[in-house]
Amino acid sequence: MNDRKMLKRKIHEFDFSIKEMELYLDVHPTCRRALMLLDELRRKRKELVAAYEQRFGPYIVTTNDAPATEPWRWIDSPWPWEIKEGEV
Amino acid sequence: MWQYEKKLQYPVNIKNPNPKYAQIIISQYGGPDGELGASMRYLTQRYSMPYNEVKGILTDIGTEELAHLEMVCAMVYQLTKNLTEKQIVESGFDKYFVDHTTGVYPIAASALPWRAEYIQAKGDILADLHEDLAAEQKARVTYDNLLRLIDDPDVREPLKFLRQREIVHYQRFGEALRLTADKLDSKNFYACNPSFDKNCGK
Repeated sequence: MNDRKMLKRKIHEFDFSIKEMELYLDVHPTCRRALMLLDELRRKRKELVAAYEQRFGPYIVTTNDAPATEPWRWIDSPWPWEIKEGEV
Repeated sequence: MWQYEKKLQYPVNIKNPNPKYAQIIISQYGGPDGELGASMRYLTQRYSMPYNEVKGILTDIGTEELAHLEMVCAMVYQLTKNLTEKQIVESGFDKYFVDHTTGVYPIAASALPWRAEYIQAKGDILADLHEDLAAEQKARVTYDNLLRLIDDPDVREPLKFLRQREIVHYQRFGEALRLTADKLDSKNFYACNPSFDKNCGK
């Protein structure tokens, strides 16, 4: 796995942990420990995305992330279900 | 509304196609306890929910189930890639192939197409949350059964991830149910429906 894919996988791991904290907070909305952890996870994810973008250009995961430049890069392969071995 | 994230929640990278596996895994897409039903169940039940915590958990778990449906479809897609006509006939995949080629259509392992009868929106918070708890356990059992039948680690890893998510969702729905009970006046616990009756539990 190359550096770009490793970094992407790392971001995905943070995405997962963030999602998990969000579910927990839905039914524990006043849990301070969970709120602090969520805040920390979001901060670390932001740093990873910044590191990714510095080295590899825009980190495109939603349509909002795709720059309005030609050609429209949102449609670039691979789409998630097409991912080949070792890729993320 | 929703916004798509162009990634899988957990990676699916299957090296060896296996149409036999695809035919049983597809049940977690369009089967009675599959991810399509899970998503539709939770997202549909939201409208009659009286409490914000429960609206939140149904929205967010319902959304995560859409991501799980995408993972299951990715597995079916990769398991049926580059098949020869001989493999299609010998694996018994021919019966699916004749109607859908290698398109990914929501059916159960038994070939019954997905149906809305798999889900309910009863408009009663207790009835709906109990259904959701049962749904998570039924989905967990289905993943257990798939894991009994499947050896390939490329296929097992995403199935194990999905099985684990059922357990976490069960936990969150259990907390939602407990929180609902706390909000209701214990004297009137089953005497009114907070999703419908005004002042119920107030």
